[in-house]
Amino acid sequence: MTLLTCIFAAIISTILWYRGAPKNEMKLHILCYLYWGASLMWMVDAVFEYLEAGAEFFAPAPLDMLNDFFLGLAVVALGLIIWLVILLIKDPKGVVKASLNKKK
Amino acid sequence: MACFIVPVTEAVITTIAGKALESKEKEVQEADVQQSTTEVKIPFTRKLKWLTNLLWGGSVLLAFEHFWHGEIVPFFPFLTAMNNPADTAEMLHEMALVGGTMAVWITVIWVGIVVAADHIVKRPAIEAAELKEV
Repeated sequence: MTLLTCIFAAIISTILWYRGAPKNEMKLHILCYLYWGASLMWMVDAVFEYLEAGAEFFAPAPLDMLNDFFLGLAVVALGLIIWLVILLIKDPKGVVKASLNKKK
Repeated sequence: MACFIVPVTEAVITTIAGKALESKEKEVQEADVQQSTTEVKIPFTRKLKWLTNLLWGGSVLLAFEHFWHGEIVPFFPFLTAMNNPADTAEMLHEMALVGGTMAVWITVIWVGIVVAADHIVKRPAIEAAELKEV
């Protein structure tokens, strides 16, 4: 479930990046790298789990699924926080700088 | 247990290699400009950055997952598996097997991306050549 959640996050961020490209003012490529990187790594994890558990891998207990989904959401949230911090620091639109320079 | 350490190690190596290659590539690019070479080419350091970003990005989120499962702790020795030799041996085995596969898998995907990117960059030239042939 964590892998699935992350893959969906990766796909959505890639679509959003493509829509905004080549300008990329929102730095959405950061989200793509985060989610695709993690998805590819969890894919390997999933393959090893499948080799160990066999067909049982595809029938997880509801509670395990819920826990994994909860983790997946937490991972997506962390990715968004990292992206947001980088976006505000790099400030490609100059919005933060402009609002800081504003006198009142 | 700590499988993400292998991709992190690869990420550190690619980051250092990227920095080292950047200055050399700049010199080559300047020479190319002087010789007025017009061929469109993606610099290798840029391609390497894609791999570095994928490795760092994935490793950060995987580290968080390990923290979530209590396999990483914010105090020494940072990895709970380091507390007893049996767990340490298991961790090292997992790092070699799963972590190693992760690093290889990401690198394979990156090679695919690089090949595709080179093809996309060359695409207009190929189309122009094909039109000339027709």
